[in-house]
Amino acid sequence: MLRYILKRLLIMCITLWIIVTLTFVLMISIPGSPFNSDQSSNETVQANLEKFYNLDEPYYIQYFQYIKSVILFDFGPSIKQPNQTVNDLLGRGFPISFELGLITIIVAVISGIILGVIAALRHNGFVDYLAMGVAVFGISIPNFILATLLIQQLAVNAEWFPVATWSSPKHMVLPVLALATGPMAIIARLTRSTMLEVLTQDYIKMARAKGLSPWKIIFKHALRNALMPVVTIMGTLLAGILTGTFVIEQIFAIPGMGKYFVESINHRDYPVIMGTTVFYSVFLIMMLFLVDIAYGILDPRIKVHQKEGE
Amino acid sequence: MKYTSKDSIMPSSTNIPDDWFEWEQSDKAQAEKVARPSLSYWNDAWKRLRKNKLAMTGLVFLIILIFLAIFGPILSPYEVNKSDLPNQYQEPSASHWFGTDSHGRDVFTRTWFGARISLFVGLMAALIDVSIGIIYGGIAGYKGGRTDNVMMRIIEILYGLPYLLVVILLLVVLGPSLTTIIVALTVTGWVGMARIVRGQVLQIKNYEFVLASRSFGTKTSRIIRRNLLPNSMGPIIVQMTLTVPSAIFAEAFLSFLGLGIQSPYASWGTMANDSLGAILSGNWWTLFFPAFFISFTMFAFNVLGDGLQDALDPKLRK
Repeated sequence: MLRYILKRLLIMCITLWIIVTLTFVLMISIPGSPFNSDQSSNETVQANLEKFYNLDEPYYIQYFQYIKSVILFDFGPSIKQPNQTVNDLLGRGFPISFELGLITIIVAVISGIILGVIAALRHNGFVDYLAMGVAVFGISIPNFILATLLIQQLAVNAEWFPVATWSSPKHMVLPVLALATGPMAIIARLTRSTMLEVLTQDYIKMARAKGLSPWKIIFKHALRNALMPVVTIMGTLLAGILTGTFVIEQIFAIPGMGKYFVESINHRDYPVIMGTTVFYSVFLIMMLFLVDIAYGILDPRIKVHQKEGE
Repeated sequence: MKYTSKDSIMPSSTNIPDDWFEWEQSDKAQAEKVARPSLSYWNDAWKRLRKNKLAMTGLVFLIILIFLAIFGPILSPYEVNKSDLPNQYQEPSASHWFGTDSHGRDVFTRTWFGARISLFVGLMAALIDVSIGIIYGGIAGYKGGRTDNVMMRIIEILYGLPYLLVVILLLVVLGPSLTTIIVALTVTGWVGMARIVRGQVLQIKNYEFVLASRSFGTKTSRIIRRNLLPNSMGPIIVQMTLTVPSAIFAEAFLSFLGLGIQSPYASWGTMANDSLGAILSGNWWTLFFPAFFISFTMFAFNVLGDGLQDALDPKLRK
């Protein structure tokens, strides 16, 4: 187990190094300096600005400074919003995005599992078809489309919910709904298919023969094993929700990290793009690592260090 | 019970006369005849796919969509990018079937241009993924040992990279265009396909028919082409069908962020993005049609992929 964790840790570090280096290489290969668009700046001003942002140094020194700043987690000042550092933006945006993401995951996991279990228990019945219809719908409709449709129907036409921003629980309903539907659908389908498989196993028959109550069989014996595949796709789902926050925050005008990220892309604010990309990647890669380890601990049948021999 | 052959299990010492026996079926050719046409793997899969109503709905929808993507803009009297400001926000009518948008452009025409772009991006991305994936996964799986180990480590590292973030970074640098979107989508997109091909090849290369083929002295390239690839085609096709909707989604997502096809040109993502303001004022059709076709196309590819997965799985063959 320890060997496996160390190996995963090493791979994680290489992945992080690749994304950090890739970000750097891509940023310096963009033609032109970010200050070119300023009409007022003459050559001296431009030179001074480049000196301030260390853009006049040779690339290898810039690279080492960049690596140093990544390790120290200090991404320097933003180019387009001069009074703010990238860390300021991250510090302000991250708690909001984290809240949105966390609520989304909780909603998606709980509703997805419930939907999947109900569908499996009523296999080929009306409820099953209904639940799977909802699931196929959820997988097919992109989150930004769903978000705009929700705004149009529930906020503009019906006026049940506010159109935008993030302040009260009522404001959270639509963004969370738009973001959670896709992951929920995936979890529901997965839970249903594994649940159907598990329910035919001998130990379930055994539990039934012992006279255990149906609820106990479902929750203690069947669901536990049916949830393993859900754990494995958690990493992918997290990545999807994270990138989903970019558009959702933009559509609902939520002042989270995703909104700053999209703005920084549109303004070509390179320190912010680099900072947020690295931050997102570190966050995601660490989550993937945790999911991997959790899977190894949760499923005693899998001896994780033997997995490589497959 | 009659014995149909002289050399039966009965001991010859028993005194049963030979003329008690007779041929049950004299015509040997008749017995060897194949009564029904033989079912190839693909015939069988098609037969099973045809019974899956949902998957067939998806297939029919996609065929219609491809037809309209090709001929829709030709049938329409309007130009894609021609503004007609006096006619902005016309409701769907006989002259503008899907209405007009904020610039007075015909939504019907733009929708089919969007279909061209979405389908082109999806299919190209899937094709490139398959080509790279087959080569990479095939080599890793067939060579095995050290080569496989190194190649799989590389995949493991790439697999951890956040897909859409890398795509966004690449597009920020390369600048948005149709080619760069396809390039960005395939830079890390082939990894999943390579994993699947490698798994298949690893499994099939140990089967007896491959050993037999090799013991006849067949060349490696021929074994890969004639034995390994055709037998791993099922999962490859399924993965391909499921790659297309995710590429279409990614293109729409990027266009929506302003990193995809740029605005005068129509893509479903840009159309949805353009109409964000319009729906607040009640002009629902500018959003509805691109939204409907993105969703239904993804739905069609997803159900078709699911159906193919069931149909192509030899374990389910009855």
